[in-house]
Amino acid sequence: MSETRTITVELNGRSYTRTIPTRLLLADFLRHEIDLTGTHVGCEHGVCGACTVLVNGTSARSCLMFAVQADGQNITTIEGLAEVNGSLSVLQQCFHEHHALQCGFCTPGILMTLTEHLRDNPEPDEVELRTLLTGNLCRCTGYQAIVKAGLEAARCMREQGGLK
Amino acid sequence: MSEVFFGASVLRKEDEALLRGKGKFVDDVKMPGMLHAAFVRSSVAHAKIRRFNKQAALDLPGVHAVITHEDLPEPMRSRHLPLYVPNPHMKQVFMPSVLVKEETVFVGETLAIVVADSRYIAEDAAALVIVDYEDLPAVVDPRAAIVVNSPLAQATAGDNIIAQVPIHFGDTDAAFLKAAHVFSESFFMHRGGPFFMECRGVVAQWDDATQKLMMFASSQGSHRFKRAFIDLCDFDESQVQVITNDVGGGFGPKGSFYVEYAATAAASMILGRPVKWIEDRRENFTATQQERDQYWDMEVAVDDSGKLLGLRGRLVHDAGAYVTWGLVLPWIAATSVIGPYVLPAYHLELIVAMTNKVTCSPVRGAGRPQGCFVMERMMDRIARELQIDRAEVRRRNFIQPNQMPYNVGLTFRDGKPAIYDSGDYPKSQQIALDYFDYAGFEERRKAALRGGRYIGIGISNAVEGTGLGPYEGATIRISTSGKIVVYTGATPQGQSHQTTLAQIAADHLGVSYDDIRVVTGDTSSIPFGMGTFASRTAVNAGSSVHLASIEVANKVKKLASELLEVSPDDLVLKDGGVEVLGVPEMRKSLRELAHISSGMYGFSMKGDRDPGLEATSYFKPEQSTYANSCHVAEVEVDIETGHVKVTRVLVNHDCGRVINPMIVEGQIVGGVAHGIGNALFEQLLFDENGQPLTTSFAEYLIPMATDMPKVDVIHTETPSPLNPIGVKGAGEGGTIAVIAAIVSAIENALIPFDVTLATMPVTPEQIVLLTRNKTSFVAASKRYKTHG
Repeated sequence: MSETRTITVELNGRSYTRTIPTRLLLADFLRHEIDLTGTHVGCEHGVCGACTVLVNGTSARSCLMFAVQADGQNITTIEGLAEVNGSLSVLQQCFHEHHALQCGFCTPGILMTLTEHLRDNPEPDEVELRTLLTGNLCRCTGYQAIVKAGLEAARCMREQGGLK
Repeated sequence: MSEVFFGASVLRKEDEALLRGKGKFVDDVKMPGMLHAAFVRSSVAHAKIRRFNKQAALDLPGVHAVITHEDLPEPMRSRHLPLYVPNPHMKQVFMPSVLVKEETVFVGETLAIVVADSRYIAEDAAALVIVDYEDLPAVVDPRAAIVVNSPLAQATAGDNIIAQVPIHFGDTDAAFLKAAHVFSESFFMHRGGPFFMECRGVVAQWDDATQKLMMFASSQGSHRFKRAFIDLCDFDESQVQVITNDVGGGFGPKGSFYVEYAATAAASMILGRPVKWIEDRRENFTATQQERDQYWDMEVAVDDSGKLLGLRGRLVHDAGAYVTWGLVLPWIAATSVIGPYVLPAYHLELIVAMTNKVTCSPVRGAGRPQGCFVMERMMDRIARELQIDRAEVRRRNFIQPNQMPYNVGLTFRDGKPAIYDSGDYPKSQQIALDYFDYAGFEERRKAALRGGRYIGIGISNAVEGTGLGPYEGATIRISTSGKIVVYTGATPQGQSHQTTLAQIAADHLGVSYDDIRVVTGDTSSIPFGMGTFASRTAVNAGSSVHLASIEVANKVKKLASELLEVSPDDLVLKDGGVEVLGVPEMRKSLRELAHISSGMYGFSMKGDRDPGLEATSYFKPEQSTYANSCHVAEVEVDIETGHVKVTRVLVNHDCGRVINPMIVEGQIVGGVAHGIGNALFEQLLFDENGQPLTTSFAEYLIPMATDMPKVDVIHTETPSPLNPIGVKGAGEGGTIAVIAAIVSAIENALIPFDVTLATMPVTPEQIVLLTRNKTSFVAASKRYKTHG
């Protein structure tokens, strides 16, 4: 139980090396070891999706993954979504403009899920986004504004000719 | 003052931080030397605790303490949590002690708190604490609980009845005697739990040097927490500060003060270090309060035309093991049943029963969905029996606009007579039906049936008591930097107070809403507060912000008029300053005025000026304001699988004047989602021993993106005469009537099977069982032809 291991992760473009208990979850590593508290823990059993991050560009539940599994991997969290110049990403901006968040607790996971999907699927339709979002629970919004923001973000990114 | 921001769909001030992952939720708080707590919880629904064996837990490296009831500091140890909503009709009151002393009364109850270096170790250690139980019989079903000689949910209780109260007006017996028709129905209604995405949590820091307790909490009202600590520990006002920053949803149950918070504070007092407790989802399913079950046995009396003459029956409410919310929840249900209809006589025997389940709390809607469900199902029943269209039977019974204000004849939950202040219910329904093309539905149904699809439409109307008192306050202060801050005890959980309260103030103070900071949920910023629940903040805090803004604006004008030597009436607040109308070069900035109003060190104050540009207002509503809505829903039912697809929902919502249409729409659509969960799949199940069977999101389903239809929202604005900004509450209006509308639509889709629905939720299993006997199709076909 007290076994530790030293890991190095590439996190939002920066390298971090830490010695951590082997049973530490990736979510807890991000939040409490690196102090990147933007990733939220909603259910700790992999259903709600609030803790979703990108591991080597692929979405993953950070509550179902040990931090040691991330050794040598490239992780992106909500703190890494903004543009290089610091402005909100197109998706973040669309969430703001369409009131796609209320309490904001599920938002990090939803942004990560959509960021991955819109990168690979630039022309999504509504059914596709709704199906995608079944992996993320939101109790506040009823999802309508989230779906709208996702579709609008895709449209904006197509117009801008690519996505960040 | 011209209204620039009030009424505009301006974007939220809250978003920037949340979208960047820079929100400040309770689990984001980190303090030097902070320890972590986990709870040992009861694994049985009812038992005496003989003894604990803590040794193995204490032996685990990294464990600092295992605290049980006997270890708690006095006076907390000898007290129970205070009851803040007593009701003279309660014949017995059971409130929990901070940790169980000798008798545990529900699965998940807090027996001991374990404190360790990390949450991981604390959880390991909690599992090592051995509890010796002496089992007692568990009371699970509230209907069985009230039978004579039932086992007792609390060993020291006389029986399991907390209250038995007749709620009534008019002459029901006479109404039933002269009735042309009487219909009876038994309803079972279940309303799950809140299931906010952020579980509960606190960080408590007791400072021995200053004898002060500071607490960060995920709550709906930090002042309530402070009040509870003062009562539990005999603190004075200055000894407790509770801060609530961002909150990941509340929906009612985060408004309660829980024993876990007091135990975490006690652990900090005992150990002299900050202690954090973050609830996990299993605890959330067992120990966070829930709304749960009501059983209504009802009869309705109507005349030949389907007009209501009387309603009577019995309501049995499952209160759970303690009475934290008194009679609030069933009382709201019992008084919300009348809705927008003229009901001449009503008699309800309300029985509130104790069971060995976690305590009941209001959840978004707070009993109103159940009251609405009873009346709306009865309306459909009357329509079906008398072969009147469902919209028409409602039309015949509506309270008319010229009857406003309308005295229902009951005492509402606010302690005042239920007097509807305003609203146009017939018009509300007509607008909704026209928008939805209700008249064209039968054509749509025929087309669907030709394709073997069963679709249905449902209507439901609700009146919602909102804006409940006693007050909420706001202090508005212009700093010497010229910055404007609003301080309030209202404590949001996603409702956008930062934005809407700033919108109200901005118009009076001549700045953008972006220039006003709103500080919520910090007990050090304003002495009194109630919090955000019961759709009350726009009415209470909003009115206070309005009144305090006017006072501050007047102070600004008065000071500027002295300096500029003009009449205050010739001044206007604009762009962060005040200037003479039409002479913009005659101007003083707010920053300059704030400095002047603060005085010069050692110099006498000029004139009769008070120091500072600030004002505080506590708006105290004389009674609730009554919002209303008409919901229309369309569904498609798959009779093979029992699956219900809600295909469309329309909400015509009237919450008086709308501060921000975008935000109100967000509240309504989100509320509809909650109601869809209640209508179709949210169900907390217990076995016969009181063991909860739904303790994860795999077993308890909340709506997903694919469960949601397109929701249209129409804002109808009938200003309330009861507050200076004409608003009513909006937070729960999406949920209340949608459940009845969906169940009505399912029943309507299943007309060929002659199905009657009187439960919520309506599950796939129920639908398959009800439609399996296809021969009923033939028997019902005659009815189908005449039923609209």
